[in-house]
Amino acid sequence: MTYQFDYSAIGDYKEILFSGIAKTMVLTFIGTTLGLALGIFGGLCRAWSIRPFNYFFTVYVEGIRNTPFLIQLFFIFFGLPSLGVVLTGWQASILAMVINLGAYCTEIIRAGIQATNKGQIEAAVSLAMTRMQIFWRVILPPALIKVWPSICSQVIIVMLGSSLCSQIGTEELTYAANFIQSRNFRAFETYFVVAGIYFVLALLVRQLMMYIGYKWIAGRKL
Amino acid sequence: MNDIFLSDIVINLSYGLLWTIGLSLVAFVMGGIVGLTLLFCRISKNSYLRNLTKVYIEVFQGTPLLLQLFIIFFGTGLLGIEIPPWAAATLGLTLFTSAFLAEIWRGCVESVSKGQWEASASLALNHYEQMRHIILPQAFRISIPPTVGFSVQVVKATAVTSIIGFVELTKTGSMLANATFKPFLIFGLVALGYFILCFPLSVFSRRLEKAMYIS
Repeated sequence: MTYQFDYSAIGDYKEILFSGIAKTMVLTFIGTTLGLALGIFGGLCRAWSIRPFNYFFTVYVEGIRNTPFLIQLFFIFFGLPSLGVVLTGWQASILAMVINLGAYCTEIIRAGIQATNKGQIEAAVSLAMTRMQIFWRVILPPALIKVWPSICSQVIIVMLGSSLCSQIGTEELTYAANFIQSRNFRAFETYFVVAGIYFVLALLVRQLMMYIGYKWIAGRKL
Repeated sequence: MNDIFLSDIVINLSYGLLWTIGLSLVAFVMGGIVGLTLLFCRISKNSYLRNLTKVYIEVFQGTPLLLQLFIIFFGTGLLGIEIPPWAAATLGLTLFTSAFLAEIWRGCVESVSKGQWEASASLALNHYEQMRHIILPQAFRISIPPTVGFSVQVVKATAVTSIIGFVELTKTGSMLANATFKPFLIFGLVALGYFILCFPLSVFSRRLEKAMYIS
């Protein structure tokens, strides 16, 4: 007897799916915002060799980029309580995503800042702009635009990686999938549909990020 | 339960590390072979083949590896083939790796300048000869740094296979953490294990890139 696919079995769990989608998006949104902020600060420290932060960020970037996200998550969720830091699954997921994306953004934005044309800075200095003004108004916007496609890709990777947060009990989309398949015993259909949802989300997030990049960052430029 | 010493932990984790290395190697080599096939489809003249490969690559890059593994693990079960976790892990990682490598290599082939195509065409080389003698040798050189860089991603991706029950470094770590109640130490050591594997690859890739940039 061949297997009968039954996708209607998922329809009964619409609400759980939608709540999962919402939570995945919230995770991605918070992770992206804070991760980007961390990345801008780290990128600045590394590009301009601001001591002692640049040493810290070098170690941080290498440490995070050379270990799997799953281990970072487990370390934060299971390991940190021994130091007295007890986090809920949700908090641990957000922290892990921020730390992970922050490391990649630091490296990406550093490259963007270092690619800034020297003449731009000299021109800004000649206009008597302060160091902070130069950074915010002259260096950062073009640097971000230059590396924006890499940042978008990294955000997508982190969003897809958030599926691992289900392993510490965060109720996001993959958690919803696991829950549904444990109820209706339709593992293949459930995972197939949820993978499709992730695919659509990835496309949407990319469009949104590109829109934000060109509308806000490029629009603010000069 | 208190009889698990640090030495036992390290020995067990080393076994896990060996499985991680093995899986990474197999996934990388097989992914490379499949990826090369995909690359030729992706840059072929047949638009049907080209678009089909494009969809394949986008699907594997646009969905979480965890769900790919779940689908393979449960999907093959539906076909009546019970496959063990290691087989599902190998298959899943091979497909995942192939999609990324094909895309990286396509970028390398396309970065060979147009003039090379035109010059070789003016020498009356056909498409195959252009590929074989002009384009691919140059693309191959360009592709080495990003390919080494991607191998780091493959090593890190093997951690996800622990979730479908393949006993590698992460799974060994989780089991030990449950048995010893020392998650801080164990996951710290596990992270160190991955770092030892990945860091030299990262440095090597960066060095290659720099050497390429100078030449």
